[in-house]
Amino acid sequence: MSLIRILLTRIGYGLLLLLAVLVLNFTLVSIAPGDIADSIAGDMGGADAEVIEEIRARYGLDQPFLTQLWRYMSGIFSFDLGYSYFFNTPVTELVLQRLPATLLLVVSSQVLAIVTGTWLGVMAARNPNGLLNTVVTFLSLFGFAAPVFWTGILLIIAFVSIIPIFPVGGMRDVTVEGGFFVQALDVLYHLILPMVTLASIYLALYSRLARASMQEVLGADYVRTARAKGVPERTVLYKHALRNALGPVITVAGLQFASVISGAVVVEAVFSWPGLGTLALQSILARDTPTIMGILFFSSLVVIIFNILTDIALRLVDPRIKAG
Amino acid sequence: MKHLLSLTTALVMTAGLTAPFAQAEEPKKGGTLVMAIQQTPRHLNPAVQSGTATGQPGAQLFAAPLRYDEGWNPQPYLAESWEIAEDELSVTLNLVKGAKFHDGEPITSEDVAFSIDTVKANHPFKSMFAPVESVETPDEHTAILRLSKPHPALMLAMSSQLLSIIPKHIYGDGQDPKAHPRNGQDVVGSGPFKFVEYTKDQHVILERNDDYFIDGLPHLDKIVMRVMKDGSARTIALENGELHMSGFEQNPLNLVRLKKNKDLTVSDKGYGAIGPINWLAFNTQAEGPTSDPIVRKAIAYAIDTDFMLKALMRGTASPSKTGIHPDSPFYDDTVEDYGLDIDKANKMLDDAGYDKGSDGMRFGLTVDYGWPTVKPPAEYMKPALKKIGIDVTVRASPDFPTWSKRISNHEFDMTIDNVFNWGDPVIGVHRTYSSENIKKGVIWSNTQQYKNDRVDELMELAGSTNDIEKRKKYYAEFQHIIADELPLYPLFPSPYHTISNGKVGNPPDSIWGTSHPLDRVYLKN
Repeated sequence: MSLIRILLTRIGYGLLLLLAVLVLNFTLVSIAPGDIADSIAGDMGGADAEVIEEIRARYGLDQPFLTQLWRYMSGIFSFDLGYSYFFNTPVTELVLQRLPATLLLVVSSQVLAIVTGTWLGVMAARNPNGLLNTVVTFLSLFGFAAPVFWTGILLIIAFVSIIPIFPVGGMRDVTVEGGFFVQALDVLYHLILPMVTLASIYLALYSRLARASMQEVLGADYVRTARAKGVPERTVLYKHALRNALGPVITVAGLQFASVISGAVVVEAVFSWPGLGTLALQSILARDTPTIMGILFFSSLVVIIFNILTDIALRLVDPRIKAG
Repeated sequence: MKHLLSLTTALVMTAGLTAPFAQAEEPKKGGTLVMAIQQTPRHLNPAVQSGTATGQPGAQLFAAPLRYDEGWNPQPYLAESWEIAEDELSVTLNLVKGAKFHDGEPITSEDVAFSIDTVKANHPFKSMFAPVESVETPDEHTAILRLSKPHPALMLAMSSQLLSIIPKHIYGDGQDPKAHPRNGQDVVGSGPFKFVEYTKDQHVILERNDDYFIDGLPHLDKIVMRVMKDGSARTIALENGELHMSGFEQNPLNLVRLKKNKDLTVSDKGYGAIGPINWLAFNTQAEGPTSDPIVRKAIAYAIDTDFMLKALMRGTASPSKTGIHPDSPFYDDTVEDYGLDIDKANKMLDDAGYDKGSDGMRFGLTVDYGWPTVKPPAEYMKPALKKIGIDVTVRASPDFPTWSKRISNHEFDMTIDNVFNWGDPVIGVHRTYSSENIKKGVIWSNTQQYKNDRVDELMELAGSTNDIEKRKKYYAEFQHIIADELPLYPLFPSPYHTISNGKVGNPPDSIWGTSHPLDRVYLKN
């Protein structure tokens, strides 16, 4: 009962947040100098005045700002995200085409970062003076310090140019022919470098978090008791200790989700990954307002959903958290 | 795996070279050509969308009445022959018989008339077909264009990049051609390759048109155009064989690197009609000193073009003395040569009364730039003009629309700009100097706000005769006046290059670069 109430409150806040995101960003995009007519003219190598005026009139850009905002928001309330000026395609269609690529990148890199990071953290905590501990310290310094695009370019130089084992970019090789399995393998092959790049920042974060909380938990009385009664070390680590130590990792993972999506924008640009990030960059440069808004709409939606999911996951891992 | 493969092909190729009978130039059928395009096209219909992003796939999908060889000579394409009437007021096109659209419908003179009407009404370059009053279609294979005045740009305007023959039975259904659903999906064209798939930001896939109206062509089975925006990524992909070819490459560092690679052919041939020229534009109506021709000349004398070409462009570009591309038949290199002469520049400014202040500076000017490739020349202006006492502030724009807004609203002193000739000067050159084309808010109009009656008159004369010798004379005088009054100071053409690897036979070298039908390109074993 209380869980449902909390969920409903969260969803309510989420919707208000979404509304604020849309109004604020619509204003921001409109303040930026230039509009889609300028960018289309640029794309075409110039255009006559009448063509430019016609583009402006067609998209209602000759209207006052408040009229434009009102039109856009009333579209939203009837679940219409509008048409992309640049591609002349419904924004919903455009964004939904790209969303899977971004989700694949974001989710796979997060899984990689959480699993490897936690494992590294546990290992390091078990042996605070060991080599792994140094590795974790090094990784966290590196992961935090290195900008993600730099890591990406470095990986491209290393594994595409010098030792050419991975493709330069993109999501699939259209000359590869074969069934679903072959195609999936091809996507995986293209996914590895961007996934590792995006995971590198969070790997650092999660391994440090896991190490700290694991060290704390390993010193607790109940762990000593478990060891004293002869529970095998593996069970102590992974069943007794880890479950308690996982709380901070999950909380942070949930909170980080928004930052993972913005990290994905950069990674997508470096690896020409055809996701929302590439589309966002293109739309911002082209002043394609409906598309920018559509991307923000969907990514805020995803962040809100993941935050709610984090809440639920925390409750599942730690039964002590009730209607807090 | 891929690399093992390309290694074996390399070995086979070397073996082929040493073989006693080198059957060199016999084009081979089949194969998939993978090439890069640098931007994602809005859609694939060049009749209503200019630019090379649409032009490169568009030239494969749609045929044009004419095509051009590398010597600027019109060649038959969909029109097997054509005549210009004695009075130059009509042009008759005789179409190839038996040509079909990709859906099997015949290509008739009706489609040609419809295409010209559509382009005239919707294409951003109004000057291309403005004098065309009507298109008559006496029979299926004859189209007669009636003109209000002789129109020398017409032949180039009817070539592949500029006039796509689109099917009337599809685009003539009453929908707005600019937003037609068939512009990006299920595209039915008339060219050497058929539409298979277009995924935005990823690729365009085209396949051989078996019913192509030129027998025995095209050679390739398939063309994959990958959208790759990052120059370094394209460079690596060319190096490791992921790409066969890439056109419009202009980053000097990448070009120098690619030139060192023996497996790749780097050619700067074939961009004359695109005609992209970088120049330093002046606001000739500014309240500041750029409205004074003496100041503009002094600035020209202070710019060391040789240094720019060597140090900034690393030898990948050649100079251009005027706003007409050096490959164009109308280019005149006898105009005033502003070599580097700091003393002369300083003296000119002294004599004109621009005195140096206590800090050694006479006055300040801003220089704008709108995209990364022209950042180096913009930044070069600061140290160069400091030597003649001009304090330059480089004003960067975060993106194209910001720059475009500033320049088109005439809120600038100087800017680095890059303007394309688009074939005939009537289409791409006149717009920069015509006093009628001073239009606030329109980029690549006469944003310099330059006005000279004789220049207007010369453009009018050169734009209404087909006599090439007369036109050359008019454009020569035109270029001399421009070089003397300097509404802009030309620096160099963008060093567009086509990169192709050893497997590509007949890489395109026509005047439209890779924005040209690739029906003669083939892949070697």
